[in-house]
This record gives sequence, structure tokens and C-alpha cells, in this order.
Amino acid sequence: MGIFEVVSIGIVTAILVLLLKDKQPVIAYLIIVVTVLYIFVFLITYIKEILHLVTYLGEEANIQSFYIKTILQIIGIAYVAEIGSNIVKDAGLESVAIKIELVGKIFILILAVPIFKSLIETIIGLFPIN
Amino acid sequence: MVGDTSILFQIAGIGIIVAMIHTVLKQMGKEEFAQFVSLVGFIIVLLFVINSISDLFQQIRAVFFFSG
Repeated sequence: MGIFEVVSIGIVTAILVLLLKDKQPVIAYLIIVVTVLYIFVFLITYIKEILHLVTYLGEEANIQSFYIKTILQIIGIAYVAEIGSNIVKDAGLESVAIKIELVGKIFILILAVPIFKSLIETIIGLFPIN
Repeated sequence: MVGDTSILFQIAGIGIIVAMIHTVLKQMGKEEFAQFVSLVGFIIVLLFVINSISDLFQQIRAVFFFSG
């Protein structure tokens, strides 16, 4: 079971960070970063299976691969932005973390523009306005 | 996946050793050497972390951005 592994890594990290925090705060912070990265790497193997399911369902339902690709990229941007903002927030830089999330949201919006455009075109095609 | 956790103990070990050397050098009155040892320890640990970050980013790229 993966959950026991993650929980025990968290506990071990907490102990090691407590050990090092007042002597070498920077190295303690890097231990936290390594733990965050480890947990996200751990997670990505499971996310991969879910994404295979999503692409399989999309192919079965004959959805254009462009849409599925856009959705996958949006999830990827959200994932990376989450990692970055978590790591920066651990260092105590709340404001930079908020900016990273903002950039992630704007990039997601930019990726969603073509889909939104095709939606608008479909609606205009349904109700011809002259 | 379990093998990767040894990096945590490696980093913690480097941290403890660097802290120890730092304290000893400070007691001997060599402040600048103590700072230098701290810096070198930090750089060594940073190398581990950068490897791990690039590993994660490559995996994310392989999963999310080229498989659609």
C-alpha cells in the first residue's frame, strides 16, 4: 500500500527537519523540498493510470484528440503550479506562491481559449445572427 | 520507489556533519572557514535537489504534455 509509505516518509521528514532546523535551516528546507518532490513523483505514477483512462474514454467517445490534449495540458499546468507554489510556500514566501498560482491560472485560461472560441462559433452557427 | 528515500537520510547526514564541522571551526575561532563549510554543504545538497527536480519535471512532461 502506497499510503503507508507516504505517511512514514512524512514522519521521518518531520523528525529530520526538527533535528536540523536550528543548526542548518537551509539544509532542513532542502529536506522538505526533496520530500515534496518525492511525494509528487510518487503521485505521478497513479495519475498516469487515471490519464490513460481519460484518453481511452475520449477515444471511445470519438472526441477530437485536440480537446483531450488540451485538458491533459491544463491538468499538467495545474500540477506544476501546485508543486512550485507548495515549495515556495514552505520557505515562507506566501506572496511569490500566490504569483505562481496566478501565472498557472492565466496559462490555463490561454490554453482554454481555442476551445472557448469553437464553443462560441458553434453557438453562433446554431442561431444565425444577421 | 522505496530506494529513493535514502536520499533523505543522505541529506540529513550531510546536514548534521556540516553543522558539527561548523560548530568545531567556530569554537576554534575560524569564522570564515565555518561559513565556507556551510556553503559547500549547501551546494552539495542543492545538487541532489536539482537532480530530483529535473527528474520530476521530465516525468511530468512525459505524462502530461506529449501523450495527448
